[in-house]
Amino acid sequence: MNSRRMQVLTLFGVAVVLFLGAVAGHAGRREFWLTPPKSDTEEYMVPPPPFTEGIFPCSECHSGMKPDPRRRVLKEEHTNIQLKNHAEHERWCLDCHDLKNRDRLRLVSGEQIDFNHSYRLCGQCHGDKYRDWRMGIHGKRTGEWNGRKEYLLCAHCHNPHNPRFEPIALKPPPERPENIR
Amino acid sequence: MSDTETRNERVFRLSRRKALKGMAVGLGALALPGKDASAALWESFFQKNFRELSKSEIQDVVSRLEKEYSATYGKPVKVKTTPPMEGVLYGYGLDLSRCVGCRRCVYGCVTENNQSRDPQVHWITVLRLSKERGVDLEHSERYYNPAKVPEDGYFYMPVQCHQCENAPCTKVCPVQATWKENDGIVVVDYNWCIGCRYCMAACPYGARRFNWKKPGLPAGEMNPDTHFMGNRPRPVGVVEKCTFCMQRTREPDGKYPACVEVCPVGARKFGNLLDPASEIRYVIENKRVFILKEELNTQPKFYYFYSV
Repeated sequence: MNSRRMQVLTLFGVAVVLFLGAVAGHAGRREFWLTPPKSDTEEYMVPPPPFTEGIFPCSECHSGMKPDPRRRVLKEEHTNIQLKNHAEHERWCLDCHDLKNRDRLRLVSGEQIDFNHSYRLCGQCHGDKYRDWRMGIHGKRTGEWNGRKEYLLCAHCHNPHNPRFEPIALKPPPERPENIR
Repeated sequence: MSDTETRNERVFRLSRRKALKGMAVGLGALALPGKDASAALWESFFQKNFRELSKSEIQDVVSRLEKEYSATYGKPVKVKTTPPMEGVLYGYGLDLSRCVGCRRCVYGCVTENNQSRDPQVHWITVLRLSKERGVDLEHSERYYNPAKVPEDGYFYMPVQCHQCENAPCTKVCPVQATWKENDGIVVVDYNWCIGCRYCMAACPYGARRFNWKKPGLPAGEMNPDTHFMGNRPRPVGVVEKCTFCMQRTREPDGKYPACVEVCPVGARKFGNLLDPASEIRYVIENKRVFILKEELNTQPKFYYFYSV
């Protein structure tokens, strides 16, 4: 009687261990269709920044000039750049462009970043949009739904100096049923 | 045996029943393909429902279709029969606060999915709704045509197949030519469809389209990367619909659907509902989500949301 009970208990024990093992194994397995976790240092695939033709590198002109940190209205160069719809009274060029290295942008912390990391600059104020953008919710993301994804920089859709999205032309409306023969 | 009986036995007498039988057989024979019809015609005539085909039969059907399409469009055409991926349930998000109603998705879809150009067939309908009324479909406008979009006071809502979990269209099909696959995509077997259009009447989203004429598809614009239940060229008299671009998405390195790739404002989101890290799950968990005609319990896998 006692040995019978022992047998049953042993069997039960083995079954429990097997079941737990299976559960742990299943949880530990990474399925190929799941999005791999992204680390903080990982780069986002972006196309080159949308520079006006021939404007970059900025140092080509600026290297020979003496930097002037005073806030002023530019009269000779860059007169086509108008700060609009973007807190233009609070900000000017050198809040985002670095004074010493003209080929880089500048964060509030003083850190210099490349133009193709400009999303970090925008993300300083627009944290909610930055969070959504990294998840692929704000803005356009192309590539593979279960693999490599390509992002666009903020500046690809929003002019950084006048960020409001401009109205665009549209495609023709569908044919009315009475005209389809 | 009397003379009358003998005559009755020997003389051919045409009864009404015999005449009707003969006429039926004769008409039936006329409906069959003639003897100089190609073998492909016979094969397509006897082709079974896709779900009843064996692996070798699928091979035969695919090679027959590829040959036929390649000859018609003058370039090598691929017809895939890729089955659903395990662990994948496709979900689609559309950001109503971003869509500007530019209709690029409509034409991107036409190009990718080989819809008929003439007569015109569109799988996506973009509705213009006034902000004052909200989602009021009775006052929606689909033929809006200003110079630029978005217009003041309006928002835009593209409608396409919602790939319902509880799909009304598949229930009404009298021949089971349309069904829901395991990855949630509702598909049509164009060879099995009899064109009765019950599914179009059943669909609460008006997402299905009928080929009233032989689709006018110029060879130069034909997309040769096709799927059997997706964007392969359709015959006349069958119903077609959005399949979440299954020829693109149902691959190990699956591209986004064409409408997602073409949207200039990034209002369209696509992903695996079973993957907790996918963007569609992020949308459902963090944004205000709205399901069109939720009260009908169709359980769409197409979610409208507001990102702001």
